[in-house]
Amino acid sequence: MDLSRPGRRAFSLPRLDVPPVELPGELARRTPPVLPEVAEREIVSHYTRLSQRNYGVDTGVYPLGSCSMKYNPKVAEVAAALPGFRRLHPLQPDHTVQGALELLWRLERALCEITGMERATLQPPAGACGELTGLLLMRAHHTRQGNPRRRVAIPDSAHGTNPASVRLAGYEALHIPSDARGLVDVSALEKLLDQDVAGLMLTNPNTLGLFEEEIEKIAAAVHGVGGLVYYDGANLNAILGRCRPGDMGFDIVHINTHKTFATPHGGGGPGAGPVAVTKELARYLPRPLVERNEDGTFRLEAGGPDSIGRMHGFFGNFGILVRAYVYVLLHGRDGLKEVAERSVLNANYLAELIKGAFPLAMPGRPMHEFVATAKPLKDDTGIRALDVAKRMIDLGYHPSTVYFPLIVEEAMMVEPTETETKETLDGLGRAFLQAAEEARRDPELLHAAPVTTPVRRLDEARAARQLKLRW
Amino acid sequence: MRDEGGGRARVGITDYAQDALGDVVYVDVPEVGTRVTASQPFSEVESTKSVSDVFSPVTGTLVERNALLDERPELVNDQPYGDGWLAVIEMTDPSELDALMDAAAYRAFVEQAEKH
Repeated sequence: MDLSRPGRRAFSLPRLDVPPVELPGELARRTPPVLPEVAEREIVSHYTRLSQRNYGVDTGVYPLGSCSMKYNPKVAEVAAALPGFRRLHPLQPDHTVQGALELLWRLERALCEITGMERATLQPPAGACGELTGLLLMRAHHTRQGNPRRRVAIPDSAHGTNPASVRLAGYEALHIPSDARGLVDVSALEKLLDQDVAGLMLTNPNTLGLFEEEIEKIAAAVHGVGGLVYYDGANLNAILGRCRPGDMGFDIVHINTHKTFATPHGGGGPGAGPVAVTKELARYLPRPLVERNEDGTFRLEAGGPDSIGRMHGFFGNFGILVRAYVYVLLHGRDGLKEVAERSVLNANYLAELIKGAFPLAMPGRPMHEFVATAKPLKDDTGIRALDVAKRMIDLGYHPSTVYFPLIVEEAMMVEPTETETKETLDGLGRAFLQAAEEARRDPELLHAAPVTTPVRRLDEARAARQLKLRW
Repeated sequence: MRDEGGGRARVGITDYAQDALGDVVYVDVPEVGTRVTASQPFSEVESTKSVSDVFSPVTGTLVERNALLDERPELVNDQPYGDGWLAVIEMTDPSELDALMDAAAYRAFVEQAEKH
């Protein structure tokens, strides 16, 4: 609005060559809309400037632990923009959308092969919706057995969405403690399990980036009381092609396509959170599913009286599913294995680089991400993980996740992802060490950081205490 | 917690707890007259990091709540043992106090926990 000057326009219309029509009085607005009056040149500059103040996966490494901010290959964007995909209408008859149906069918097959499951719904529009879908499937299964049960077990290191999804599905969260190594305390779990527990929600590797070594024992314990084991796909990228949730004993798997298959994170959407299940649970999946006819053509199958119903309109966010399928094809079976290997290698390499200043919070070898702690630095200098994170911005990097998981003091959760080069990791490692060194030499620098950004350090406490909401 | 005499206890969170939580942005203390149970959550403290339950050290009835915190939750950080108190509880059984740690025992407990 500051740029606005009366009469300035970003367009020029040709002279009117048809008779003007007056709108009926009740449809015409009484005052003109409040719009900035600016030239095209100013608009372009304005938005370009704003975009340059942003930091995204295209800008550089984005080591936000737990989020898997990997680079999104541009060829997936090209595929999703093909007119044959982009111009589809969701109500077109099956025989006019065979290519799209085939893509959905093949993506479902690929996801089932990767997870070791029988069937999958591609409908949920986000990971959190995938969680709810999975839990509703769990409830449908138990209800059919005669008792929906009351509680779902969740480790204390779990993502905050897990207990939230559990509540939304009508269950109570039952918290399972971690042992000293940061893994599920199996004997505590066994004591807490009973006939009232509908299942266990778990990610493996877990939220500390550690592989649950006793996963088969954990699954057997839950199955022992008739419960189901749910795989939160948040960390599936670490085990792609190496091992499968289905083989570990999981019954339900949700997949975050934006983490595992590099679809855009999208700031609230559109996204996709497919849910894959065992043969026994397939009857409860949302419909429609895509089926292949004997002649090789494809159809949408509504059916299924046991289905939990729809989780989204039509077939989910189709454009995102196209991108996920392209990513799978792009890498192939061997390439996906390499994705997992590189993500683990990169995380471990970076952890080694910075462990002198920021030691690992847990003794075990991490997988695709690691949780370090700024506790020693805080004890020595008073500088907290938050100050280090802010300083990383000045040093040209997106900060890591801080203060999560909650069970680690001064947690710094770092996930470089597989898409970064050794040179990038070296640079990032140097920045972490530089921040730690500055904390000892010039702590004020870290208290003040960031100093190079358009907006300096935000007062998060005041922002939360004195809410100013606008919409 | 401070024994106010007459079977009443003033309850807050410790200096160690406020430091671990970080900047407190909201404190939820229930209304006067609420029944509270020892070792059960009765209040919530929200910081920029997380939302945490506060467990009642004793069983009884909440007879005073710190209304100052509604406007100035940061008092929990600034004066955890002063104006940052949460509530006064009238105890059903004042002998419950005997089971609680005193300041010295708590300090030792925290130091022990820090080592691990």
